Amino acid sequence: MSTNAAREIVIRAKNLTKRYKDFVAVDGINFEVYRGESFGLLGPNGAGKSTTMKMISSVSQRTDGELTILGKEPNQKGPEIRAHLGIVAQKDLLDRELKVWENLYVYGRYFGLSRKFLKPKIEELLDFAQLQEKRNSKADELSGGMQRRLAIARGLVNEPEILMLDEPTTGLDPQARHILWDRLFRLKEQGVTLVITTHYMDEAEQLCDRLVVMDKGQIMAEGSPQELIKKYSSKEVVEVRFGTDKNEAAAKKLESMGDRIEVLPDRILIYTKHGEQLLSEIVEAGMNPITSLVRRSSLEDVFLRLTGRTLID
Amino acid sequence: MTDLNFVPGQAVDVNLAVRNGAWRVAEYRLRQVTKWWGSIVAFGLGNPILFLLSVGLGVGSLVDANNGAEALGGVGYLQFVAPALLAAAAIQGVMDEVTFPTMDGFVWDKAFFAIGATSVSPKQIANGVMIVALLRGLFTTVLYLGILLAFGAIPVASVLPLLLTSMFAGWGWASLMLAFTARLESDDGYFAIISRFVVTPLFLFSGTFYPLEQMPIYLQPIGWVSPIWHSTELGRFLSYGAEIEPIMFFVHFGYLALMGVVGMSLAYPKFHQRLLK
Repeated sequence: MSTNAAREIVIRAKNLTKRYKDFVAVDGINFEVYRGESFGLLGPNGAGKSTTMKMISSVSQRTDGELTILGKEPNQKGPEIRAHLGIVAQKDLLDRELKVWENLYVYGRYFGLSRKFLKPKIEELLDFAQLQEKRNSKADELSGGMQRRLAIARGLVNEPEILMLDEPTTGLDPQARHILWDRLFRLKEQGVTLVITTHYMDEAEQLCDRLVVMDKGQIMAEGSPQELIKKYSSKEVVEVRFGTDKNEAAAKKLESMGDRIEVLPDRILIYTKHGEQLLSEIVEAGMNPITSLVRRSSLEDVFLRLTGRTLID
Repeated sequence: MTDLNFVPGQAVDVNLAVRNGAWRVAEYRLRQVTKWWGSIVAFGLGNPILFLLSVGLGVGSLVDANNGAEALGGVGYLQFVAPALLAAAAIQGVMDEVTFPTMDGFVWDKAFFAIGATSVSPKQIANGVMIVALLRGLFTTVLYLGILLAFGAIPVASVLPLLLTSMFAGWGWASLMLAFTARLESDDGYFAIISRFVVTPLFLFSGTFYPLEQMPIYLQPIGWVSPIWHSTELGRFLSYGAEIEPIMFFVHFGYLALMGVVGMSLAYPKFHQRLLK
């Protein structure tokens, strides 16, 4: 893979800002997305991820700053930009009265695609989304996971350059999530640029080549999942629980033992290079946690470090 | 499970994608509407048949038997009321599209937001709604005309002029209503109020059943602002040569055109604002 400098930039945001009356939803953020990568916006609910997504999708006009998508300015060239985007919003916005295949057909027609093109395309998309058997069902009759897959298939009907996915797996069961991750990974392999928002750290780690961590409308950090973990956390984490009322007292003793410590309401996290070793030291020191766990650092820890809060409150 | 194979960005011809969006919105909407075409036809036929049976045969025979034709400019009663009935039918037809279905697009089903995520622009969505509204108005009016012809109420030569004048009223009214609906965040019973306390009085006070000049002067202004009156005056002039002052010909057309242009110019920015918020 070549360096970022040599790669084509498909989205560029400078001081991008969105205000609703007195509320600042996105507060002057800067980022670039390169062609063919999978770019993530990670943050808790209300961080400004969806608002940022809407501005990139050219369905919401920015209040301030600069934004170019595929080399075009969205306030002037919204329809031209959207012609090459696949937008999968948080709410599916399917037509519940129309059949599954009709949802795909109608959407394709909006892009000026011909019936001749759409006929085989719909078959491909139904296969891709595993909805062949449901082709003649009304969208309303599908399960939540199926509706999500249909919404994603619909977003692909115009063979987009950039696929925008706002919280793609929220509300899906674990199996459905993994199927979806697999599909998205294949799309990326074909050169589709993915922009994904999520508040699941495992999703961000699985899917994103590069991501920004957002909180309160601002970008707190940027990099690959590995880079971020390396920069903002230690290699391993020891999680211990002593019981709600005893955690505080235990924390005082633990402070000197690891590189850094976070005290959460239900548990204590101790950051270190060597987790197992530290856990033995804790036990040897005569402290007996009710439960203990040694694990690798994750983006959750990065977020905790950056904001002092967990991702899912 | 098969793979999707494509080269990103090759399928869509951008120049084609950004053109004719309004017609594709209309195509989509018609696909929906035709799912309940049975009830649309039933209402379209039922209304005029009931009306002609009661008012046409009942009131009409009374008027015609008492030399009413003289007062009405020398035509039968049904020919006299036909332009007003048709204008009202056109307005009813367009109302069925620019009220609840338009609210649905913005508020309940939010289909306009799904369409707005494609290469279709907000203005094209507004135009698409208007195309379907006019088609529904046209459909209702044509059914009405067919019934009038079948009853022998109007001569064939009146069909085209009456189609034109009633659709003009339908367009003017639909534009204003579209601008209104685009501003609503929830229904709150507005449509029922408009239907009962605006459209119905306009229909009753627009010189529908007798010349407007028969009204006391303080009630005549209701007719003056009513698209039904302007359309009816034009229709009577064009279909059987009822006398109007030459200048009024332009006033009637101008008023309806003004409604249409003002309505659309108020609707476009609101569609833009709501869909790109």
